[in-house]
Amino acid sequence: MNSLIITLIVVLVLAVFLIIFRISNLASILRSKGKDNEEIDTTANNINAYLFLLLPLLGTIAAFWYASKHATLWGQPDAVQHGAAYDSLSKIAHIVVILMFLVTNAALFYFTFKYRHKKDNKATFYPDNLKLEIVWTIVPAVILTVLVFAGWKLWRDVTKEAPSNAMLIEVMGKQFNWIARYSGADNKLGGFNFRYTDDINEMGLDFTDKNVNDDFQATELHLVKGKPVRLQIRARDVLHSVSFPHFRQKMDAVPGQPTKMWFIPTKTTEEMREELRKNPEYLKPDPNTTKGKPEDVKARWETFDYELVCQEICGRGHFSMRMRVIVHDEDDYKKWLAAQKPFVETNKEYVAKKIEAITKTKAGKVSMEDSKKVSKTN
Amino acid sequence: MASDVAHAHDVHAHEEHHEHHDTFITKYIFSTDHKMIAKQFLITGILWAFVGGLLSILFRLKLGFPDMDYSWLKPLLGKWVAIQDNGTGQLDPEFYLAMVTMHGTIMVFFVLTAGLSGTFSNFLIPLQIGARDMASGFLNMLSYWFFFASSMIMLASFFLDGGPAAGGWVVYPPLSALPQALKGSGSGMTYWLVAMTLFIVSSLLGGINYITTVINLRTKGMTFSRLPLTIWAFFITAIIGLLSFPVLFSAALLLVFDRSLGTSFYLSDIFINGQALDHTGGSAILFQHLFWFLGHPEVYIVLLPALGITSEIIATNARKPIFGYKAMIGSILGIAILSFIVWAHHMFVTGMDPFLGSIFMFLTLIIAVPSAVKAFNYITTLWRGNIRYTPAMLFSIGLVSLFISGGVTGIILGNNALDIYLHDTYYVVAHFHLVMGSASFFGMVAGIYHWFPKMFGRMMDEKLGYIHFWMTFIGVYLVFFPMHFIGIAGFPRRYYEFSAYAAFRDEVYLNLNSFISIAAAVTFGAQLIFGFNFFYSIFRGKRATQNPWNSNALEWTSPINAGHGNWEGQIPFVYRWAYDYSKPNCEKDGFTDFIPQNVPYSMTPHSNLPHENEMIELEKEEMIPHDTTLETLSLLAKK
Repeated sequence: MNSLIITLIVVLVLAVFLIIFRISNLASILRSKGKDNEEIDTTANNINAYLFLLLPLLGTIAAFWYASKHATLWGQPDAVQHGAAYDSLSKIAHIVVILMFLVTNAALFYFTFKYRHKKDNKATFYPDNLKLEIVWTIVPAVILTVLVFAGWKLWRDVTKEAPSNAMLIEVMGKQFNWIARYSGADNKLGGFNFRYTDDINEMGLDFTDKNVNDDFQATELHLVKGKPVRLQIRARDVLHSVSFPHFRQKMDAVPGQPTKMWFIPTKTTEEMREELRKNPEYLKPDPNTTKGKPEDVKARWETFDYELVCQEICGRGHFSMRMRVIVHDEDDYKKWLAAQKPFVETNKEYVAKKIEAITKTKAGKVSMEDSKKVSKTN
Repeated sequence: MASDVAHAHDVHAHEEHHEHHDTFITKYIFSTDHKMIAKQFLITGILWAFVGGLLSILFRLKLGFPDMDYSWLKPLLGKWVAIQDNGTGQLDPEFYLAMVTMHGTIMVFFVLTAGLSGTFSNFLIPLQIGARDMASGFLNMLSYWFFFASSMIMLASFFLDGGPAAGGWVVYPPLSALPQALKGSGSGMTYWLVAMTLFIVSSLLGGINYITTVINLRTKGMTFSRLPLTIWAFFITAIIGLLSFPVLFSAALLLVFDRSLGTSFYLSDIFINGQALDHTGGSAILFQHLFWFLGHPEVYIVLLPALGITSEIIATNARKPIFGYKAMIGSILGIAILSFIVWAHHMFVTGMDPFLGSIFMFLTLIIAVPSAVKAFNYITTLWRGNIRYTPAMLFSIGLVSLFISGGVTGIILGNNALDIYLHDTYYVVAHFHLVMGSASFFGMVAGIYHWFPKMFGRMMDEKLGYIHFWMTFIGVYLVFFPMHFIGIAGFPRRYYEFSAYAAFRDEVYLNLNSFISIAAAVTFGAQLIFGFNFFYSIFRGKRATQNPWNSNALEWTSPINAGHGNWEGQIPFVYRWAYDYSKPNCEKDGFTDFIPQNVPYSMTPHSNLPHENEMIELEKEEMIPHDTTLETLSLLAKK
C-alpha cells in the first residue's frame, strides 16, 4: 500500500515535469511568432477568473461535506464540568469565524471573477470612503468584544482557585513518563527537594517532612467522578505539558516553577465507554488492534481511556509520554485506595537511611557555619 | 537647487566611471549595489526554501505513513535511518525533531525574513523612493555576507555527529540548554545560536539601512504621504525588527551563558541522567517571554512586507487606486504597535497569572481589527476593477484569501479559554501556516513574478506561472485546511507518531494525515516548476519592456537593465501618489489608464482633483524648472 502511494507521488511529480517540458515548448513556439504583448490574453484571463469562482466553491462544499460526515468524531468527548460551557463557546466562536471566512472569501472571489478584465472596460476610480472604513472597523471590534467577554468569563471560571474540598494530587513529568503522587488521608503533600532525587526516590521527597508519610505514588492517575481534583504540576528535567483533551485542561510543567490546575470529572471511564458505544465513529476497530489475530480486534469504544497527553516538546520520547487516567465512582476508588501503600512504608530501610543522611548534612552545615563565625572573630 | 541637480550629474558621471572597472568579484560577489544584494538575498532565500520544504516532506512522510520503510532514504539521511532486524528502515525520533526544528528556523528566518524582507526591501526601497542606492552600500553588503555566514553555519549543523538543533524552532530551555536531554542540544544548538546571532547582526545592519534610506534619501517630491505602500510596509517592518531582534539576541546570549558558563538564567531545580544540576533560581519562563517578545513581532516582520507587496500588485493589476491608502498606513502602524504587546498569548498555559492572561487576550483580539481593515480594503480595491491576472496578481489574491482563512482562527486561538484545549495542537499549526507561512510565501512569490522584469530584464513564463499558482493555491488549502480537524481532535504538534494514544487512533485521522502528506508532496513538486521557470527565465526569458505592467511606481522609470545608480541622469521628481490608475478624464490628458508618479499635475489639467489643482502653483515654482526629465516625459505623453 505504502509503496503504491509513493509510486503514485513519483508518477505525479514526473507528470508535473512532463507538463513543464511541453508547456515551455509551446510557449517558445508562441514567442517566436513575435506577437506584441500589449494586448491582454483574454482567454487565459477568463480561465483564471472562472477558476477563482469554481475551485473555492467546490473546495468549500467538499470541506463541509467531509466535516459533517464525521461530525461526531472531531472533538474529543468531554467528561468535565466546564466541558459543556467550553464546547458551546467553541461552537459559537467557530460559527462566527466560519461566517466571517465564508463572507469575506466569497466577496473576494466573486469580485475577482466579476471584475475580470474586459476590453473597453475601465476601472472605477474609488480611492477611499471614510464611512465604509469606520463601519468595518467598528463591526469586527464589536463582534470581537462579545467573544472576548464570553471567553473571559469561562477563563476566570477555569483558572480560579480550586474548591477547598478538592483532592490534591501532584503530577511530575520527567523524560519520558509521568509520576503521580497522592496526598493521602491528610490531603497534604509532603515537601521535596530535587537534590534528594535518585533511582528509588524518583520525586525527591523530603522524608523529614511529616506530611510525606502518607503520600503514595502511581504511574496512573486515579480520579473520582464528581469530586474536584487539584493538580500540583512540576517537571524534573525539561519542560513538559499536562494536557487532558477530555477534561479540556492543559498546563505546562516547568522545572523549578510548580504550576497548578483543577477540574471536576463528570463521567467514569466505564460510563464514557458505554456512551461512546452509541457513537458510530467509535464502533470502528482501533487500528492498533488490527495487526494481530482477528479475534484480538477491538472497537474504539472498548480501548477508550482518558489520557494525559504530553504537549510540550521534551525530547526523543515526547510522542509516547502518556499517562493513563482512570475515573472511578466513589466505591471503586475506595477499593483502589485501600490497595495503595505510602512510599515511606514500602521503602522503610531506604527512608531511614536518607533521614539520617539529611540530618547529618544539616548538622554539618550548621557546624561549618559556626566554625566560620569563629574564624572571623579571630 | 540648480547646484543640486548639477551635483546629481556629477555623482552619476563618477559612478559611470567606476562601472567600467567592475570586476566579477565587485559586481557579483562583494557588490554594494542594492539590486545585486537583493538578488543575492533572493537566490539564497529560494535555495533555503527548497531545503526547508524538502525537510517538511521528509517528516510529513512519517506522519502520513507511520509504518513506512525509510530504508530508501538511507543514502540521504545516513545514520538517522536505523535498519531494523526485519530489514525495514526507521526514522530516528530525534532526527524527526531536528527536521521539524530546522524546517521552522529556516522558513521563518532564512526564507521569510531574509529572503522576503532582504530581497524586496533592498530592491525596492531605493528604486521606489528615487535614490541611487542605500544610505550605506557597504553596510548593506555586510548585511548579506553576515546572512551568508549564518546560512553556512546553520547548514553545517546538519552534518554534526549529534545532528542539528532539535528542540523546536522556539528552542525553549531547559531542553535546548542540556545536551544530556537531547542530542541536538549539544553542538547542534551551539551552531544554531551562533548562526542566529550572525543572522540578527545581518538583520540589524539591513534594518538600519532601510530606515535611514527611507527617511533621508527620498527624491524631490516623494513625501511620506506619497510613498507606495510597499515602502511603508518595509519601513515599519525594519523598525519592528530593529526593536525586537536585540531582545532575541539577549535571550540567545543568556542561553549561551547558561549552556557554557554555568549561569542559571533559565535553569533551576533540574535532575537529569541520574544527576542533580547545580543551577538554581532561574526561570525557564523568562526565556519564553524574551523569545516571544521578538517572536510575535517576527510574525509581522514576515507578514507586513508581503502585505505591502500585495497592495502594490493588486492596485496595479486591478487598475484601481488602493482603497483607503491612509487606512492602510494606519493599520500597518496599528499592527506594528500592537505587535509588541501581545506576545504572552503564546504562553497562556505556562502557568502565568490568569489575570495577565486576560489582559493579553484583550490586546491580542484588538490586533484583529486593523488586520480585518486591511482585508476589507483589498477586497474593495478589487471591486469594480478591470482585473488582469498576471501570476503576481494570482498570488496576491491568493494571499488575501489565505490571510483571511488563517486570520479568523486567530480569533479562536487568541481567546485564552478556547486556547487551553487548542494550544500546541495542529489547530495552531494550521493557523500560522496559513496566515503567516503561506500568506507571506505567496507575497514573496508574487513579488518575484512582479519585479522579475525589473531584476533581470526578462519576463518569467506566464503559463508556467499559472500552473504554479493553481497547484500551490489548491495544495496549500489541501494541506492546511484538514489540519484544523486534526487539531480539534487534539493532535499535539511535534509528535513523531500518535499511536500511543487511544484518543488519536482512528482510521479517519490516519487517512487525513496521509492525505495531507500527499498534498504536501504535490505542492512541493509544484515549486519545482517555479524553480525551473525562475532560473530558466533569468537566461532565456522573453526580454522585458520598460514598464511591462503599466505601473505608476518610480522603479519602472529607470532603464531596463539599470546600472549602479539606477537612473542615468537626474533622478525623476515625484509629483503625485503611486495610485492614479483609471483616473477619470486621464485619456484627455493623453494617458491610457495610469499616470506615473513623475508626471506633474500641470501636465494633467483634465484629470486633476480640486485639491490637486492647488498644487500646480507650487510645483511650477519649486520643482518643474529643475526637472530635466520632463522633456522626454512630455514626448512620451504625446505619443
